[in-house]
Amino acid sequence: MNDNEYRVVWGKSGLYTLETSAWRTFRPQIDYSKCVGCGTCLLYCPLCCIGKADGRIVIDLSYCKGCGICREECPKQAIDWIKEAR
Amino acid sequence: MLKMMAASKGLVTHGVSSCQGCGIELIIRNVLDVLGEDTVLVIPPGCAALFSGTGPEAAVKLAGIQGNLENSAAIASGIAAGFRHQGNEHTTVCAFCGDGATVDIGLQSLSGAMERNENILYICYDNEAYMNTGIQGSSSTPLGASTTTTPAGKPVGSKDLIQIVMAHGVPYAATASVADLGDLRRKVKKAKGIKGCRVLHIHCPCPTGWGYHSSKTIELAREGVDSGAWVLMEYENGRVKLGRRPSKLGHAEDYMKLQKRFRTAVGELTAQTNERIISRYEYLEKLERLGGE
Ligand SMILES: Cc1ncc(C[n+]2csc(CCOP(=O)(O)OP(=O)(O)O)c2C)c(N)n1
Ligand code: SF4
Ligand code: SF4
Ligand code: SF4
Repeated sequence: MNDNEYRVVWGKSGLYTLETSAWRTFRPQIDYSKCVGCGTCLLYCPLCCIGKADGRIVIDLSYCKGCGICREECPKQAIDWIKEAR
Repeated sequence: MLKMMAASKGLVTHGVSSCQGCGIELIIRNVLDVLGEDTVLVIPPGCAALFSGTGPEAAVKLAGIQGNLENSAAIASGIAAGFRHQGNEHTTVCAFCGDGATVDIGLQSLSGAMERNENILYICYDNEAYMNTGIQGSSSTPLGASTTTTPAGKPVGSKDLIQIVMAHGVPYAATASVADLGDLRRKVKKAKGIKGCRVLHIHCPCPTGWGYHSSKTIELAREGVDSGAWVLMEYENGRVKLGRRPSKLGHAEDYMKLQKRFRTAVGELTAQTNERIISRYEYLEKLERLGGE
């Protein structure tokens, strides 16, 4: 079983996911001049939507619910909190 | 085998309708990451059912069943019996249940499974009320906490699940918290490797039911452990071992004041809560010393 295959017991078209990004009123944005890459935000994000790419910590905003845990737990206050324009 | 519709790491998809900052979401992703795909999951009704479901809404990429509030441990026992007859000794049968499904409605089936020492891993995520149906008080709701069935604050304290479990003499039981994910993962891993009935009791902050901002989930869990309101411990081979010591034992006011559910519990109830916490902790310390002799 690789990363994009899995067993399901129900459903013709596979599993159904909600666009939870629509719930956000604020979005997290990493200020790379402050981020030290410690990974604390990655550890505590309940959605696991924070990952590493090209040696940097990146937030995948396609599902991020905007809970603010990453921002609260970041020891360097490196996550800015941007109001979503809706 | 089906292609996944959206990329997500691990055994749980993205796009699950649990609230922003929900403790269950952090717990279930970590638990399943440790247990791996050779796992069958039993989930009763409750907020965790947002992850299991039956149909394409299921967010967990594993075989499993959504049962009833009364019988998670019984269903898990049946699946374990099936595996036993097939000679399957490797698949983990995991029940993942709320506090209402554990300390109230499903307690008798859990007690039976513990008595028979069924080969199951029973995990109770404890958000300290019946959250999914609108925050009714459970017997895990702490003293003074306001719920829709205890609007003026719960007049009595909570049942002590870990001691109920210990009284059954199971091979392994532990408490854990999202405040220390390394410790939580270590305990899940350890439980996975043991045969027989294993029980994990995990503190699960719930922004919606406890009344705090979703960003404070980890901070709340940490305050719970620091004040002794949630005690980290393990029970193995009849011995109690306490985990991280509370740094401000008996100062639950710092933990309580962060949550709207305790707004009615000022004054006398805070003092009573602190007394309860201190006497429980001292008792557990005695048990730990007994085990060391
Ligand atoms: C016997 C029975 N009573 C009531 C219900 C309705 N019900 C469905 S989910 C739920 C809440 C379960 O609470 P808990 O186990 O604490 O999980 P949580 O919702 O807090 O995650 C209730 C009462 C039910 N399904 N079965
Ligand atoms: S917690 Fe803060 S400093 Fe650490 S990786 Fe995340 S953004 Fe960077
Ligand atoms: S705001 Fe919440 S969901 Fe979004 S990246 Fe941060 S921790 Fe994850
Ligand atoms: S009500 Fe609480 S436990 Fe249920 S999904 Fe929301 S935050 Fe999670």
